[in-house]
Amino acid sequence: MGQTFLELKGVTKIFRIGGILRGKKLVAVDNVSLAMDSDEPTILSVVGESGCGKSTLCRMILRMYKPDEGDIVLDGHSYSNPKEYNPRQFRMEVQPIFQNPYESFSARKKVDTYLFNTALRLGIAKDHREAEQRIDETLRSVGMSLPSVRDKYPTQFSGGELQRISIARALITRPKLIVADEPVAAIDASMKMNIVNLFRQLKDQYHVSFLYITHDLSTAYYVSDFIATLYRGCLVEYGPAREIMEDPAHPYTELLMNAVPRVGDKWKEEMAMPDTEDKEYALSACKFAPRCPYATEECREKQPEMTNPGKSRKVACWHPLIS
Amino acid sequence: MLKIDHLSTSYRTIDGKVHVVNNLDFTIRDNEIFGIAGESGCGKSTLLKAIYDIVEFPLEIDSGRVILSGEKDGRPFSCESGEIRKTWWNHISYIPQAAQSVLNPITRLKAQFLDSVPEKIRERESDQHILRQVGQYLEELDLSPDLLNAFPFQLSGGMRQRVIIALATFLSPNVVLADEPTTALDVVVQRGILMMLMRLQKQLKNTIVLVSHDMGVHYQVTGRMAIMYSGSFVELGKTEDIFRSPIHPYTTMLIGALPRVGDRGQKIGIPGQPPALTDPPSGCRFAPRCPEATERCRCEVPAFREVKPGRFVACHM
Repeated sequence: MGQTFLELKGVTKIFRIGGILRGKKLVAVDNVSLAMDSDEPTILSVVGESGCGKSTLCRMILRMYKPDEGDIVLDGHSYSNPKEYNPRQFRMEVQPIFQNPYESFSARKKVDTYLFNTALRLGIAKDHREAEQRIDETLRSVGMSLPSVRDKYPTQFSGGELQRISIARALITRPKLIVADEPVAAIDASMKMNIVNLFRQLKDQYHVSFLYITHDLSTAYYVSDFIATLYRGCLVEYGPAREIMEDPAHPYTELLMNAVPRVGDKWKEEMAMPDTEDKEYALSACKFAPRCPYATEECREKQPEMTNPGKSRKVACWHPLIS
Repeated sequence: MLKIDHLSTSYRTIDGKVHVVNNLDFTIRDNEIFGIAGESGCGKSTLLKAIYDIVEFPLEIDSGRVILSGEKDGRPFSCESGEIRKTWWNHISYIPQAAQSVLNPITRLKAQFLDSVPEKIRERESDQHILRQVGQYLEELDLSPDLLNAFPFQLSGGMRQRVIIALATFLSPNVVLADEPTTALDVVVQRGILMMLMRLQKQLKNTIVLVSHDMGVHYQVTGRMAIMYSGSFVELGKTEDIFRSPIHPYTTMLIGALPRVGDRGQKIGIPGQPPALTDPPSGCRFAPRCPEATERCRCEVPAFREVKPGRFVACHM
C-alpha cells in the first residue's frame, strides 16, 4: 500500500423523508470506508441496485452533499475542514461525468461553450487560442476533434458522441480523479464498449483514476481494478475485480452477478426481488438477510462486521462464500 | 399470427420523406417470444408503432400492410392495418418505451385498469366484479391486489413496470408488443420483469414481441429474433443459432462486443455511427462500418434471402 489519494472514513449520509414532525430517517450511505491509492491510477467500480446509495456516495465525493458523519480526505485535504478547501483546485483535481448525456448539456447551448468555459474559467488556458489547442488535443484523445464539435448543438450528436464530449470536458483540467455516475446506462449496447474502452485508454494516457458507478457488473468486471459492492447504503464487499467476480464472497454480489443477462448460460431459478426497500434500510441486522438464500438466525439479529477472508478482500457477512 | 407483408413506412418532414422501415416481410408465429435487436434510430420502435396501428402524422405507411390473425375464446379472427386499432387490449396490447411514465400519476390504478377494459365487457359486468378479477390476476402475478388503490407515484419504477405488464396482459391478448421493457431499470429488477414476461407467455401461450438493444436479454428470453439495422432486417433466425453462428458481420460484431465474466480480453465496440436515415448510403447500409465490405457492397443492396431453412440474411458475403 502506497499513499492514499482518496479516503472515505466511515462516511454516513442520512436523509429525512416526509414531514418535519412525522418524518422518517433514511440512512442512504451507512458508515462506508474505502481508499484509493495514488501510486498507480486505478479504476474503482461501485456496484449495486438502484437505491443502494451509490449516487449519494458519488455526490459526497463531488462535494455536492455533506456527509452527516465521517470524513472524506482527498490528497491530504479533509472535506470537513473548510480551510483546506480550495474550490478551483478541487475542480482541477476531481471531475464528474453524468448518466444521461442528453441531460448533461443544455439543448439550447452549443456544446463547445461547455468546453471553452471549463478551459477559460478555471484558468487552464490564458486566451482563446490556447484554449482551442487544449480542447482539440483532449477531444482527439476521445476520438473526436474540435472542428467536428464546433458550433453544434447537443441534438446534432448521438448519445455515444455526447458522452465522449462530456468525458473530454472532464479531461480538460487533467484531473486526478473522474467520478462517473452510470456513464453507459443510457447508451446503446454497441457504443457501450467504446466508452468503457476509453476509460482503460485514458487511465494510462492521462494517469487519471476513475470511480465508476454502475449496476452493470459485466462492464464493471471488464474495466475495473477494484470493485466495491453496496447494499442499502452498506459496503458489503470490496476487493480486486477479478477475484470478486470469479469468486464472490458476499451472497449479494453473487445475486448481482446472476442477474446479468449473460450469453452462454440461461437463467433458471427465480430471483428474490427487492420489495421492502424502506424496511431494509431500517434493519439493524444484516440488511440483505430478508432476501438472502443462506440467511440464518444470526444474520437476522446482528449486523455483520467487516472481515478479511482471502487477504485482499473485505466482506461484511456472517457466512461468506469463501473461507 | 402476425404477418408483416412488404411493409414500408416513412416520416414526413420539412426536408421531404424519411424512409424508416424498408420493405419488411416476415411472420411472427403464435406461441413464441420474438426479439428485435438494433441500435437507437434503426427503426425498431417505428416498426412496432406500425404493427400496433398507431400510424399518425408524421408517420405514414407507404406500402404493404400488417395482418393480425388468430383465435380467441374459440372464435377465429383476422384484421389488418386500420382495423387493428379496434382490437387493442383484447387481441393485441403494447408496453411502450419508458413505460414507467405512461401511467397517470394522480389517478388510482383501479381507474386506469377499468379504462383499459372494452365498453362491451363493462356494460355486461359491474365494476366491482371486474376489479375483483383484476385483483385475482395481480395475485397470480405475485403482486398485491392492494396496489389497485395506490397511485402510480407511490410505486418504484420496477413495480410500475410490472403493473403495466399486468394491465397489458389482463385480457390475455394474442399478441403483446414490448418496446424496451427494461431500459432504465437495474439488473435485478430487469431479471424479475423478464422472468415474469416469460412465465406469462408460457401460461397464455400467446406471442410476445420484445424489442431491446441488449443482446444478452435476447439470448435469455427470445426463441427467434431479428437484427435490425437502418430500417431493414439484416438477419433473422432462431436465437440459439444466431448466437452460435452469426452470419451477418453486424450480428457478429454485436455479439463480439458483449462483455463476459471470466474474459477480460479487449472487446471492441462497433466503430463509426449508424447512417443518417435522411441520407442513407447506396448499396448495403452497413458497408461504411463493415470490415469485410467490397465494391459490390457499396453499390448493390443485398437481398434478404433464406440461406438455411428459417434463417434469413441480407449480405453479399
